[in-house]
Amino acid sequence: MIGFIAKRLVNYVILAVIATGLGYLLASATLHPISKFLGRNPPVSQDAIDAALDKMGVNPEVPVLVRLKDWAVNLVTHGSLGTSTGGRPVTEEIAARASTSLRLLIIGTLLGAIIGVIVGVMGAIRQYKAFDRTSTYASFVITATPTFVIAVILMILATNFNKLVGHQVIQFTGEYTAGLSGGFWTHFGDRAVHLLLPTIVLVLTSVATYSRYQRSAMLDVLSADYIRTARSKGRTRGSAMIRHGVRVALIPMSTFFAYSFGLMLTGASVTELVFSWHGMGEYLLSSIRNNDINAATGTVLFTAVLVLIAGTLADVVYAALDPRVRV
Amino acid sequence: MAVMGPETVDVAIEDDHLGGGGGTVVRRGVLRRTLSAPQAWIGLIVIALVVVWAIVGPWVARWDPTTTDVFNFGAGPSRDHWFGTNDIGQDIYAQTLVGLRKSLVIGFIAGPGATLIAGVVGAVSGYVGGFWDKVIVWFVDLMLVLPAFYILVLLSPVFKKLSWVAMVVALAVLSWMVMARVVRGQTMSIKERDFVKAARFMGVPGWTIIRRHILPNVASLLIIDATLGVGAAILTESTLSYFGFGVQAPDVSLGTLLAAGSASAVTRPWLFVFPAAILVVTVLATSLVGDALRDAVDPTSGANRD
Repeated sequence: MIGFIAKRLVNYVILAVIATGLGYLLASATLHPISKFLGRNPPVSQDAIDAALDKMGVNPEVPVLVRLKDWAVNLVTHGSLGTSTGGRPVTEEIAARASTSLRLLIIGTLLGAIIGVIVGVMGAIRQYKAFDRTSTYASFVITATPTFVIAVILMILATNFNKLVGHQVIQFTGEYTAGLSGGFWTHFGDRAVHLLLPTIVLVLTSVATYSRYQRSAMLDVLSADYIRTARSKGRTRGSAMIRHGVRVALIPMSTFFAYSFGLMLTGASVTELVFSWHGMGEYLLSSIRNNDINAATGTVLFTAVLVLIAGTLADVVYAALDPRVRV
Repeated sequence: MAVMGPETVDVAIEDDHLGGGGGTVVRRGVLRRTLSAPQAWIGLIVIALVVVWAIVGPWVARWDPTTTDVFNFGAGPSRDHWFGTNDIGQDIYAQTLVGLRKSLVIGFIAGPGATLIAGVVGAVSGYVGGFWDKVIVWFVDLMLVLPAFYILVLLSPVFKKLSWVAMVVALAVLSWMVMARVVRGQTMSIKERDFVKAARFMGVPGWTIIRRHILPNVASLLIIDATLGVGAAILTESTLSYFGFGVQAPDVSLGTLLAAGSASAVTRPWLFVFPAAILVVTVLATSLVGDALRDAVDPTSGANRD
């Protein structure tokens, strides 16, 4: 099992390294940091432009592969991702934003996966009953709706709810209330309230996809002989379902989880942006608007590391569930 | 996107053998089974209505999408303006139709385009095997490391310079990976079947075998993927455009309309609700058809399972 995980992990690390390198080349090809200095009145001198670009390591006069090499050497030796167009180290800016994004992403992914599996299993066990029909139609509608539309609809509902109650119960702009005074629990409660709607958006969308696949995987398992064997050797229906059914049905789900994690990241970025959170999604968008190559590559690296972690976790779950890979 | 188990089209292949006379028998069976599901009918009728409306709609619109009605700034739906007007008095009904046209065109090109790439790459990779297969599989894994949405955002400065067509191409180029792996798996099992071996031993060139024997046998998978791909492409496009990275200013899509309308979604809901509803209905219809097709092809996937 250790060997299997280690092999997969090495593969993921190589993929992440190459993806980051390609991300750097892509950002260098599409973003033009020089545009910030051009067309100004009074004009900026060529020397000043070169000095500024060289400081960030993005001078287009230098061949792009040389810049990539410098960037990589700087990352390995100093652990630095360069400076952003704002003049601050990219690592510092990412560190400030990462916790915001990760809070939403981790809570949303975990809740989404757990609820998705439960909904899928219940749908499969009670196939064509009211619960199955309702969850199937609901997941169809949710997957057909863009994430940002779901977010805006929830915001409209929350606004109307607040009006009805006559008090700002559900707050949804930003990550916390600016200038709030109070102790730890006041701040904790405030952040939890702000987290409510974004989490619902993320959980709704992921439950909609996960439950469909879990239901399908579970239906495959339910007609298998070993379920009947388990029942006939005296296991209760519930026990046979959990020990022999759900466990086997989770094996293909772990692979699907690894594949769908990219969609999850996209959904989380979109959700952050709609609710005006200062997270990594906003960082990527602002890096494109500011023609900031270092910041864009930093986001790519951050994402690649997350995908690496998610993929490895999925492999651990896979190995834990499927005894065949542990040999 | 369609992720399916390896057993998915085996049944269709068996049918092929029983029918003896090529793929048409299978496809007729699949078509009949698809159309026996009410959701397929609902989906097809809705898609047809939406497409016809997108084509004919502007002829019955009372307003030009860019004309300003100075007597109705930000007015709600009325007999004059069916979907209301925006801040500068432009008719939302006319604008929605223009946006719908663009979104439909993008969806119907990018979705099947991605399927085309997936079919060719997957079939070649599975059929050729060996070194090139490893390279292609590894490349697909690499493409899956970075979310397609992020790459599209990184590429967006290029779209701005070129046109929305560049974005359609990028959408197709970035959404074939999962399906290519599925097609590759299928191809590897079809390759070992007797009719492919027979063709190979008769000296039929590889490309002809892929075109004549492999691709028809994964056709049902590809049709499902193309159908679901239409909806997926429309969703991705609208999300990109919503954040200003997709369709650019003079062009209008449902995504740009939603971006303009969402700021005032609470106070003037018609700016948001009508384009959003049409977007959801269109995507929902394509996924209903795609799902009915999948049930028809794969008897173990849902509706006709005991």
